[in-house]
Order: sequence, then structure tokens, then C-alpha cells
Amino acid sequence: MQPLELSAVDLVAALRQGDVTAVQCATAFLDRIEATNPAINAFLHVDREAALSRAADIDARRRAGKPVGPLAGLPVALKDVLCTADMPTTCASKMLAGYRPPYDADVVARLRRADAVFVGKTNMDEFAMGGSNENSAFGPVHNPWDHSRAPGGSSGGSAACVAADMAPVAIGSDTGGSIRQPAGLCGITGLKPTYGRVSRRGLIAFASSLDQIGPMARSAADCALVMETIAGHDPGDSTSLTTEVPRYTDLLDKPLTGVRIGRVPEHFAAGLDPEVAKGVEEAFAVLKAAGATVHDVRLPHAKYGIPTYYLIAPCEASSNLARYDGAHYGHRETAPAGGHRETAPAGGHRETALAARAAGAAAGFESPLVEMYCRSRAEGFGPEVKRRIMLGTYALSAGYYDAYYAKALRVRRLIRQDYLDAFQTVDLIGGPVSATPAFKLGEKTDDPLAMYLVDLYTVGTNLAGVGGISFPCGFTKSGLPIGFQLQAPPLAEPLLLQAADRFQRLTDWHRRRPKAAGEGRA
Amino acid sequence: MGTESRTSAAARPLSSADVAKVASLARLALGDAELARMTGELSKIVGFVSMLGEVDTSATAPLAHPLDTQNVFRDDVPAESLTTAQALQSAPRHDGECFLVPAVLGDSGAA
Repeated sequence: MQPLELSAVDLVAALRQGDVTAVQCATAFLDRIEATNPAINAFLHVDREAALSRAADIDARRRAGKPVGPLAGLPVALKDVLCTADMPTTCASKMLAGYRPPYDADVVARLRRADAVFVGKTNMDEFAMGGSNENSAFGPVHNPWDHSRAPGGSSGGSAACVAADMAPVAIGSDTGGSIRQPAGLCGITGLKPTYGRVSRRGLIAFASSLDQIGPMARSAADCALVMETIAGHDPGDSTSLTTEVPRYTDLLDKPLTGVRIGRVPEHFAAGLDPEVAKGVEEAFAVLKAAGATVHDVRLPHAKYGIPTYYLIAPCEASSNLARYDGAHYGHRETAPAGGHRETAPAGGHRETALAARAAGAAAGFESPLVEMYCRSRAEGFGPEVKRRIMLGTYALSAGYYDAYYAKALRVRRLIRQDYLDAFQTVDLIGGPVSATPAFKLGEKTDDPLAMYLVDLYTVGTNLAGVGGISFPCGFTKSGLPIGFQLQAPPLAEPLLLQAADRFQRLTDWHRRRPKAAGEGRA
Repeated sequence: MGTESRTSAAARPLSSADVAKVASLARLALGDAELARMTGELSKIVGFVSMLGEVDTSATAPLAHPLDTQNVFRDDVPAESLTTAQALQSAPRHDGECFLVPAVLGDSGAA
């Protein structure tokens, strides 16, 4: 019995039945991580001892007949954007290198109560800003299907670790596609729930009106299992919904008869890779054969999704990232590179403090404190993060706010209305999740705008606040995964999961795996 | 001075003076080379997002947030929070009670 080969659903059952112990299970995945991570770089932090100790505790409680949680013994990887009190949380940034939060994210606390075993924190684009996991301060992640290619982003580490069997389940976050796009490029299943379905408390904020946490796994059934634990109201997140959480796993096995799926003709414009287009059309055919009907539907403002997103998200980020200033935690730098000009300890040396003030003023800063802010941030943040903070600050500044930020908010309403109108005539909207399969590392890093366009098919979901799931629907001739996306009205996660699950009962793309550790499929 | 002039003003490329001002607002110390590169990149991105000017939004209110929720309150009851030690645990400099930072005030002529 090979834990690495089982789905999360089967693994949890095997653990419950005693076919495998939590320690055996954790050991198998930790060994796999040790063997594979050097080539993939999916993990930023692994705590083998803590994971094994936790697993041993769960085994002991089970043996003693004590109650254990619904996910007892299931290994889970966490994107390093989620606060964990017992593991570093870096957001793949120098700004938070080594940082240990004083509390757990709500999702982390829920998974702990469910007795999941955390195997580590996964690599990501810095502060969740990116579509390729090349913006990490700790090196890029390599796509397990072809190590010279990107896994997508920003949850690239989470996607890669599931694709490479380093964990059966990973948690990611999605602001403009950061769960769905890497899931698509890595051949796995990823769900971005309706905004507010999962608490954002302890999710290090990028864009608060767009961010959502979600599961990434090999199948919709596995995602459904995890959703039952992580979804639900949290009084600590004022944007979290009070709507009851359905039993997603019980609702999976339903036929698709009569389900109306929208197909957006504009999605198939020039720029969509022909192999991806073919894979997506074949997916529509499978869904039709399963009893669904496919209808043309329009999202008239879809082409404004990217500019709208790349105004709103950076504006919100410029506010959310203002807290990283070197004062209370994180990277602090008080002097220019090579110099050292720290404030004197409290109670002493007025002359030193005055000299510091003068030097700071000479360097053009209002005060030594402001100099500290400016230098800490300049050193702590990578180029993409700085770019987005600058863009957001500009678009919010006096004189530009109306033309940029407020304008984007108006277009956002139109984009949301497009979705609500479309969902009057269809139950789901299907289509590509990415215009291309996984691209080469370094291919888009010279052109920020080209990188922004990888979010083409995914930003609308976040702007509208609705749910979306992506799953594999085929492979290119060169063996790269092709992803298919379904989007649904607010709180229609059961339908999203059902449709994806039905697709996965009729196909086996989601069961394919890259070649053994150290090799990508040719 | 209505939004008209601002829209046309906004469409012009950014100067490095504009970018330097934004950097100061954003509390980012940019070196000269970085400033030059950032000016080019931001100009390009701002030019791209300016396509939103094509969209007629005269009858559309802004949507800041996808949920219809209004103010969400909780009862004003004290609850457990971080201890001082927890709050200071990641401080770059502290004295056991407070965070220590460089001088806050500029030229205040304090005694």
C-alpha cells in the first residue's frame, strides 16, 4: 500500500481503517519531499521532526480510542502566505525572512483541529504577486512535468508539490488566478471559492477584496474533502460569509443532466494556443456527453479584466503592504548599503540621535524614522512587489484617483454584472484557464506586461467575487498539462465540484503523473 | 477643475520626477538606475491600463467589494489578545516594553 499513490479521500479512509499509520504516511511524503525538493524547490520550510511528532500523537490517540479529527493523519502543505505560529511565514520575501507569526491563520487552526499533519510551507511568488513563481526571493519553482518550465503562480509551490506527490493536498491562495492557473499548468485540480466562503484571517493580505484561500489536490473529490474543513464563517474576518457550509463530499455524485454550461466565443481569440483550444473543446464534448448542454454566452467586458485587475489589486496592495516598514517585525535597514546608522538605545546619547537626524535629512528623508521605512522597504521587497506598490500608490494619489482607481471600480461593477447576466441563462461558464501550457522559466521575466497577461482567463472570477475551479483536460504533444476552468455563480461550489468530479469519473487526465523524481516527462 | 483634464493628464507618460514623488509617498528608497527603469515600466503599464477610458461608466457606481455586506459588528466585549512578549517577539529592536525605532521627529529643535 503506497501512500503516495492514494487520493486524499482514500488516504483518510486507509488511516481511519488502520491500513496505514499516520507516521508511515508522513514518513512516505517527507521522504519524497527530501528526494524531490532539490530539483523542484516547491518547499521553503519542512519540519520533519514536528510532522512526525504530530503524526505519532495522532496514532497514539487513535490507538487509545480517543476521538481524532476528520482529516486525521492527512499530510497537508501550506502556501507560505498563511500564518503558522510554529513555522516561519515568509511570503517568499526577504521582508519576512525567518518571520514567525504570533498566531495561526483560521484555515491553519481548522486544519490542525481536523488533525491534518503539516509537512511544510510552500514556495510562491513574493507576496502572492506573480504568475510563474519566478518572483520568489528564494528561487523559482520548477514544473514537475518539465523542470525548465514554470509551474505557474503565485501558488506555484503548492501546485508543484501536489503534482510531484510531495503532498496529497496543498492549500493555496487566489487573487487573480493564483490557485487555478498553476493548477492548470501542473495538471492538478484547484478551487477558488466564492469570495467570503473561506476566512482570510491569517492570510497575509495582497488585495483584500480579491484574495481567497482554496484547496489544491489531484481531484475535485479531494478538494471537496478539504473544503468541508476550511470553509465557514469566522467572526475574526468581517468579510466571511455566515451561510452554512454544505457537505461537499455528499453532494458530488450527481449527474450533469440538464446543467447548462456557457462557452464564451471571445475566449477563443488569437493568442490562445491551438493545442489548449483543442483540449478545451474536447472537455466541452465530454461534459456534453455526460448530459450537460453547451451554450454560447457573452462576457462583453472580459477584455477589460486585466487592466481593471492591474489597477485594483496594486492599489489595494499599496495599502496592505504599507505595514512592512521595519518597525515591528520583518526586515529593518536604517542606513545606506555599507553604512550603519542605528538609533541610540532609549535614554542615551542625544548627540548620536541628532547626528542621525541630520544625516537622514541630508539624504533627503524627513526623519531617521522615515529613512528606516524607505530603506527597509527598498531592501526587503523584490522588483515586482515594488512595481505594484508604486503603480497602486500612483493610481490612488491626488489627481489620479478618479481616472484610475475609481474608474477601475466602475468597470469592476460592469464585469460583475456580465457574470450575473450570463448566469441567468447558464449554470456554469467553461473555458481555458491559461492561454498557453507551462512556459519556459525566464521567458516572460523581462516584460512585466507580458507576465500580467497570463491572468487573462482568471481575473474576472476574482473581480466578480464568484467561484472557479480548474482541472486537467488533456496534454500537449510535448507532454504538458492543459487546464480547463469552470466558473459558477456565488456559493455554487457544490455544482463546480460535482461537474469537475463527473468529468474526472469519465476521464483520467487527473491520474497522470510526471516521471519519477528528478525527471520531467519528455 | 473636473475629471476631464485629469483624464487627459493621466494618459501622458510618467516623468522620473513623477516616479520619484510616488516613491516618496510609497516610502521606497529607489536608486538612480532603479528609478529610471521603474519610470519606463510604470509608463508602459499606466499606458496599458488607460484603455479603461474607452468604457462608458457614466451610469455606473464604483464596486469596491463583491459582497453586499454592510458594517459587520461584534459585541464590545474584551477578549484575549497578544501578550507583550508575543507582540515583541519579532521586533528588530525592543526594550521589553516598547518597539525601538530611529528618531521619529525631524528638525523639531527639541531640548
